[in-house]
Amino acid sequence: MKTQKPSGKSQICQTVVDLPPSGIRKFFDLVATMEGAISLGVGEPDYVTPWHIREAAIHSIEKGYTMYSSNSGTPELRGAVSAYLAGRYKVNYDPTAEILITTGVSEGLDLVMRAILNPGDEVIMADPAYVSYPACVCLAGGKAVRVPTRVEDGFELRAENIEPYITKKTRAILLGYPANPTGAMIKRDKLVKIAQLAKRRGLLVISDEIYARLVYGVDEVCFASLPAMQETTVLLGGFSKTYAMTGWRLGYACGNKEIIAAMTKIHQYTMLCAPIMAQKAAVEALKNGEISINEMVEDYNRRRLLMVKGFNNIGLNCFEPRGAFYTFPSIKSTGMTSDQFAEKLLKEEKVVVVPGTAFGPSGEGYIRCCYATSMTEIEEALGRIHHFLKKHA
Amino acid sequence: MLKDILKLLEKDARSSHKQIATITGLPEKEVAASIRKAEKDQVILKYKAIVNWDKVEDDHVYALIEVKVSPQRDVGFEAIAERIYRFPQARSVYLLSGTFDLLVIVEGKSMQEAANFVSQKLAPVEGVQSTVTHFMLKKYKEDGEIIGSKEELKREPLQP
Repeated sequence: MKTQKPSGKSQICQTVVDLPPSGIRKFFDLVATMEGAISLGVGEPDYVTPWHIREAAIHSIEKGYTMYSSNSGTPELRGAVSAYLAGRYKVNYDPTAEILITTGVSEGLDLVMRAILNPGDEVIMADPAYVSYPACVCLAGGKAVRVPTRVEDGFELRAENIEPYITKKTRAILLGYPANPTGAMIKRDKLVKIAQLAKRRGLLVISDEIYARLVYGVDEVCFASLPAMQETTVLLGGFSKTYAMTGWRLGYACGNKEIIAAMTKIHQYTMLCAPIMAQKAAVEALKNGEISINEMVEDYNRRRLLMVKGFNNIGLNCFEPRGAFYTFPSIKSTGMTSDQFAEKLLKEEKVVVVPGTAFGPSGEGYIRCCYATSMTEIEEALGRIHHFLKKHA
Repeated sequence: MLKDILKLLEKDARSSHKQIATITGLPEKEVAASIRKAEKDQVILKYKAIVNWDKVEDDHVYALIEVKVSPQRDVGFEAIAERIYRFPQARSVYLLSGTFDLLVIVEGKSMQEAANFVSQKLAPVEGVQSTVTHFMLKKYKEDGEIIGSKEELKREPLQP
């Protein structure tokens, strides 16, 4: 039997057709065929999940925790998340109505956009920003409004730069600090200004705090803990980066009852619940994971310093990132575009980096390099990049 | 600051002065001087590699020996411990609480060699009441390093 698609019409909906493809797709194929490449292109820790957390999950499987959990997540985990946030940031979320356990911040982001956006509503975000931000807004029928950020401002999204972009259609400001790809942080006083602006203009703030615990020499700030902001903030957090649990797909969303109920409604029809063994592991992570976090952060910090200094030494100006595990050096001095630089570097020196433009037009002139890799590899990669720069000088 | 340097060296004794300087923010000369001083003060005792001898065809036998001793007036366990730890065959010597006093780790080329050390050198030491020898069958982990099967990272090389 022959199946025919309706003549001349694509089977794919217009929204998805219009969605730009990932800026790193072509690099995947190049890397796949290459031996001996060093990758600074990853976006996850170079640790395996600490053993005590893995062991808790194994134990839960042995005990027969293989079923669905409640849609919102196990009461035990919601309680543990609530206690963690109260203890660390003095924000109090009711675990029965204001916390939803999601399959990673990725799902939380998608849910919140679908829950709040009417067609054409706008969400303001930094540029460059994590690739999923504009995509999730777009898929939810909204419009991503990108506010360029600059190295001179430490790649911070600032209240005074946001304001001109606010229109009648603006619904929310999406923050993701510490930031992927820049490693930027925003200090408390500047966040307060954004909070005041959001309050004044009646905007929701969505704060992706997945990298909150990976900060170096600065204090992390939970946006919901700013004065009077809890009610109008949706806090997205997770376990992937803090506890090296990327593959477990587990996160949480916290907000007012109305928004969490709306997000839960979508979640119950689409995801049903997060995997229960991952939830069991996460309880162990929250209870006993602090020691591992401190060790990992110390270790990231050493490599951060090595990489930033390394780039500056070989002539690539590198802004000092204070969070996450990325550096975002400028390659403007080479005269190449980010894309050309990344592709040539991969072909000629076998070093994988991500072109800044994968994260938005303001990423032009930069590359993202992840330091969640061994010191030896970082030094070898820096050596190869140095060789590359001399060759193309 | 010395603690930071020591932590780095404890993790990787081959870290260069330059690397340590970058990470700690200290001038390279100061790093070198601190390390020299730590070596002189015997804060740093030695730099060594953790070797998985199973992978090289070389005979190595380890024995853990529980030693019960009679402590001596005024010096307690010190004198007898010293008589034992001066033997080069005793790789490590610890004073423990519990049912015996000293734990001596002995390294030899064969079980016979280790047993000879215990029967001819260690047991006859004055003040040693009794010994119990345990031969080590397999090392799984040493100094925080899992021996033989390091977990490989199974990451994709490129992620947004």
